Amino acid sequence: MTASAIPERLPVDAGGHGATGAWGMILVIVTEASLFAYLLFSYFYLGSMARGGWPPSGAPELRLALPNTFILLLSSVTMWWAEAGIRRGARGRLRVGMLATMALGIVFLAIQLVEYHGKQFTPRTDAYGSLFYTITGFHGAHVAVGLLMIAVVSVRAGLGHFTQRHHLAVTNVTWYWHFVDVVWLAVFTSLYLSPRFL
Amino acid sequence: MATSAPAVSAPSLHEKLLRIWETPHSLFGVLGTVDHKKIGKRYLVTAFVFLLLGGIEAALMRLQLAGPDRHVLSPEAYNQLFTMHGVTMIFLYASPILSGFSNYVWPLILGSRDMAFPRLNAFSYWMFLASGIFLYSSFLVGQSPDRGWFAYAPMTEGTYSPGLNMDFYALGLILLTISTTVGAINFITTVFRLRAPGMSINRLPIFVWGTLTTSFAILFALPSLTVACVMLYFDRRFGMHFFDASSGGHPLLWQHLFWIFGHPWVYVIVLPAMGIMSDLIPVFSRRPLVGYTYVALATVATGILGFGVWVHHMFATGIPALSTDFFSAASMVIAIPSAVAVFAWLATIWQGRPVMRTPFLFAAGFIVLFVMGGVSGVVTAAVPFDWQVTDTYFVVAHLHYVLVGINVFPVIAGFYFWLPKMTGRMLDERLGRWNFWTMFLGFNLGFFPMHIAGLLGMPRRVYTYPAGLGWDAVNLITTIGAYVFAVGVLLFLVNVFVSFRRGRVAGPNPWDAPTLEWAVSSPPPPYNFAVLPTVGSRHPLWEERLQEPGGRSRIDEGPALAEGRETLGVSPLDAQANEVITMPEDSLYPFFLAVSLLVTFYGLLTGAWALAIAGGVLDVALSIGWLWPSHRMVEAVS
Repeated sequence: MTASAIPERLPVDAGGHGATGAWGMILVIVTEASLFAYLLFSYFYLGSMARGGWPPSGAPELRLALPNTFILLLSSVTMWWAEAGIRRGARGRLRVGMLATMALGIVFLAIQLVEYHGKQFTPRTDAYGSLFYTITGFHGAHVAVGLLMIAVVSVRAGLGHFTQRHHLAVTNVTWYWHFVDVVWLAVFTSLYLSPRFL
Repeated sequence: MATSAPAVSAPSLHEKLLRIWETPHSLFGVLGTVDHKKIGKRYLVTAFVFLLLGGIEAALMRLQLAGPDRHVLSPEAYNQLFTMHGVTMIFLYASPILSGFSNYVWPLILGSRDMAFPRLNAFSYWMFLASGIFLYSSFLVGQSPDRGWFAYAPMTEGTYSPGLNMDFYALGLILLTISTTVGAINFITTVFRLRAPGMSINRLPIFVWGTLTTSFAILFALPSLTVACVMLYFDRRFGMHFFDASSGGHPLLWQHLFWIFGHPWVYVIVLPAMGIMSDLIPVFSRRPLVGYTYVALATVATGILGFGVWVHHMFATGIPALSTDFFSAASMVIAIPSAVAVFAWLATIWQGRPVMRTPFLFAAGFIVLFVMGGVSGVVTAAVPFDWQVTDTYFVVAHLHYVLVGINVFPVIAGFYFWLPKMTGRMLDERLGRWNFWTMFLGFNLGFFPMHIAGLLGMPRRVYTYPAGLGWDAVNLITTIGAYVFAVGVLLFLVNVFVSFRRGRVAGPNPWDAPTLEWAVSSPPPPYNFAVLPTVGSRHPLWEERLQEPGGRSRIDEGPALAEGRETLGVSPLDAQANEVITMPEDSLYPFFLAVSLLVTFYGLLTGAWALAIAGGVLDVALSIGWLWPSHRMVEAVS
């Protein structure tokens, strides 16, 4: 094989899934996913070492958390719809989709705060309390960061920064949002569902 | 974008590229530069200063231990010194110094003009500096971390450690994880996207394989340290109970999280150094590396296996035998890829015509120390032996053979090898030989007797010991050896400073080495390559004499990309050029974001919540400002 020839004409900042910015976001997601894996490892480790029941106060209620899970899943759908819009050049659909996603994200956080308010334990009650609030709090903080990112991208969308071809920031934020949702499914399964069948 | 050969003549092309790439000589330039060569040099200098600080801490401890019943240091001062010695060497020296080499060398060796994320690169350095300042500011209030570098709970909990000492530790390390994580993301993206066309994955220098493997290990392992430090901070500051056995927590949770991170970290600080050796030994043996593919695979295999051995740090904690057996076996298996590398180096020297220059001396010394550290490691993988020597000086000896042997010796070799590229001047050979033999003999004189002290039962971390236990002589020898070693390090510094003033001019390729960084002038111009090279083999500069089947590299002709701050993007595995990438300009955002995060963390440290919140708001604002596209970028896409 000879030294590979360089094509006579190359696209400038081609964007798309191979762009350096996309690599950056994927690798952020990889390391953030590891962070949550270690948090959940800690939850199961302390659970396996617990002398009394685990969780000490019984499995957390699903009354708020289950509907909230569906709200967050729905927000992934709206975000997907928004990003698919700009891929077809539909700027209006992008903005509407992102607004809907933000609204659902804010509702999710609000319901989580309501749930915190009704809890019988605090982070200082015992190790389970520390784990519950730290894990859900870390996830909530990621939702908040995701909301901030969507807000900034929405402003940029309003300024007409994105086109059918160039919208890497939208794609990156979409991936991040889907990631935050998947993490919630892992958190929800571990903290809310696993005590019911383990 | 047209990529055909430039029509302009070479001098005017140089002027044109200089205008685009050169960092201005101003305060803005100092704080805002994104040039990987400047950032790399800063990493190297800063990490070396931390090596000297950690060395001074060690020298004070050896003064105390030179004889029995000495009281130069109080027990509390001794605790702070051995903790900061470990923290400094492991976190602030060993890994950042390798990041420094990678930062400086990578774009040159890969045939590119910068790293994939130049601003993130600057941020990574500033965060490293910030975490160093944060950790060392603890000395100013006399409350440095004092529970050992691996900080076992429950000794670190607020009940038993009421000062700020371990808060400095937890928050300082979180700051460092930010630096290291963004650095790893930058290295991975750079290697997969910003290589010379034709440098397919099977043509990467082993040094690149080393840092690449390390960067993946960082992404998966480092969050474990972050989680552990967050939990420690929460326990201490907010009264949570992660490591508190009386409220459902468990001290061993800390040990698991710490060593899940900690053992991969050992490979983080040795694999790039082993990579430097794998690229350097062939240069001085005057032939290609024997078994390139096996060494590359061994590097990756070590990185992966490194995740399966963490419990060998915990054999003495009473965990089940099935678990210790598994981790004991895994720890022995990991010796296999290391042995593959050793045999490849020996075969390369054996098959070649070795040239005994100073970098080669350090490489040869490295192989000897690597084998000794490996042997003392593989015997401690056996659980009964480990029980016998846990927490004794045997372990101290082992870990120093590994870290000094596989990190410091390759680093000094790397300096002798690449400093001429950075400064344009050679280091002195005669002083270099004195430098090597002083360090090598001093090191063995100092650290070999520690094995014996350990087998005689001397526990690590005692601040003094009574006479008559049979430890006096070995400790005195160790102290003498440690000071001889320190003199060796000073000789290196003398050599560096002498070379700045009187060193022989190096020229582009003083070692007649085969890789791309030696194709450009020493020091390289700000834009690295006037025209972007194309690579046809593993040894672009040795093709004439090797006559290997395959293509020919093109160094002097190729696209100039002189219309803006641009470099080539390639496909990840086979490196086909597929994009022209616009690179960001110098920027002050990375510097200010690091300052603002430092302020935030001082707020968290002292419980000054207003300061922490104000800092947090500023962090967010600066991040948005950083990521907001410049006018130029917006116009380019719309």
